[in-house]
Amino acid sequence: MSYKGKLNFVGHSDKGMVRPNNEDSISTDLETGLVVVADGMGGYKAGEVASGIAVQTLNDFIAAGIKDAHKHQGAAAGDNFSAESLLLKNAILKANDIIHQTAKSQPQCEGMGTTIVACLFYNNRVSIAHVGDSRLYRIRHGQFEQVTTDHSLLQELVARGFYTPEEARKSLNKNLVTRALGIEPTVEVDVQEDVVMPGDIYLLCSDGLNDMVEDADIYLTLKTFSANLETAAQQLVKLACDNGGRDNVSVVLVQPIKSFEAQRGFFDRLTDWFS
Amino acid sequence: MGKLILTLDGQELAQYELEKERYTIGRLADNDIHIDNMAVSGHHALIINILKDSFLEDLNSTNGTYVNGKLVKKHALQEADVITIGRHALKYVSGKAAAAPGGDADDFEKTMIIRPGTKSQTGVPSMDSVNKAISGAGGAPIDESKAAGLPRAKLQVLSGGFAGKELELNKALTTLGRPGVQVAAVTRRADGFFVVHVESGQGHGFPTVNGKEIGAQAQKLADNDVIELAGVKMGFYEMK
Repeated sequence: MSYKGKLNFVGHSDKGMVRPNNEDSISTDLETGLVVVADGMGGYKAGEVASGIAVQTLNDFIAAGIKDAHKHQGAAAGDNFSAESLLLKNAILKANDIIHQTAKSQPQCEGMGTTIVACLFYNNRVSIAHVGDSRLYRIRHGQFEQVTTDHSLLQELVARGFYTPEEARKSLNKNLVTRALGIEPTVEVDVQEDVVMPGDIYLLCSDGLNDMVEDADIYLTLKTFSANLETAAQQLVKLACDNGGRDNVSVVLVQPIKSFEAQRGFFDRLTDWFS
Repeated sequence: MGKLILTLDGQELAQYELEKERYTIGRLADNDIHIDNMAVSGHHALIINILKDSFLEDLNSTNGTYVNGKLVKKHALQEADVITIGRHALKYVSGKAAAAPGGDADDFEKTMIIRPGTKSQTGVPSMDSVNKAISGAGGAPIDESKAAGLPRAKLQVLSGGFAGKELELNKALTTLGRPGVQVAAVTRRADGFFVVHVESGQGHGFPTVNGKEIGAQAQKLADNDVIELAGVKMGFYEMK
């Protein structure tokens, strides 16, 4: 199923003002409904390799498994996640495996890793998966919300009451992630599901955006340019660079245009109560 | 690294470099920072150093711990904060001014992974020292290998033909209701269950929780909340 005309996907990735190269990788695919942002880390150019592998693996894995996943039509699969959520999670686990193996076999890639945040849209719903401190934000009915919780030292300390969220913004202990792909043989992936409502705007981004731009300014930019996602994406990247651009900055924006409900049988619709 | 300058009535008494993970402050001699004064409790407060930041925690002292005149329990120390314990003052100097933007700025923004065990790369701090500091303050150590359990809950139909029927909310996303009449969805997140209104057919009003209409935003469900959807009442019950 193609989501062309039903979803609007826009993505921009920039190396910023300070870094010599861009170690972020992004992708958007209207055929599968998958969008990904990955922020690579590692010596020399290994970060680029890690985030590149993550994005490629996810796209390959999802493209291969998506038709099968859609056949399940909402019946609970393992872990009580939808088949699409499991597909997304397994794709990330596969990426972890490949990055980890590659890091072990290539000396210049030793210790490389990447964060990842990915959304798979289907049937007026979205599966959300992430590892690390790349984020998903959502605007819904005028409210701006960070949907994912960072896997970072700072977030752990906020949760334990050492910092308030405001103090965390000022801390120098930023950018220390507690989870990433490629570092260990296995990784814990956070997965969520939600409905997609008309008027929603989704923003996936690397920390190069939210470290340089305050949430309030991100929200204002999205609100102002909500009719033109392309401009909104460019503005966000520009803001990050204007504020210093100390890291690579990547943004992917998603906006539903029309309902993208999967076809359901006549009797399913009529007799459904709990599903 | 940071340091504390101890003064009494404006007179500087001592300076303490904050090198290790924790420093105790109090009247008894076994404290790292020993303040011999009746207004100070035996073990009055604690300074915890986690990587580049320092935190102050009051240890249930009799007279309290103040930062810049405000009573605090736990506080992330900022440059030039003045901690008042009894009549003594401790000024916090962060030493961060030394980290000038320029050469340091490059590494400043680099994302690095922090893992249990010893330092894995130059400049990457060890999780052990972080956990030592945290548990010194009574917190649970950071252990990423332990997955947090997901919350559990169920719905029970309270009215109509299906009364008594139960549904465990064991999916990440559960849809309820009749398309064209009223549909709501319940999402399971790490911090609980949230109900969101999806659609209402013509003339069918909005779903309610405890009699109040669900607004446009997802609403967190609390134990024993009563949801009314498409004319059917359901109770939401947390499960341990």
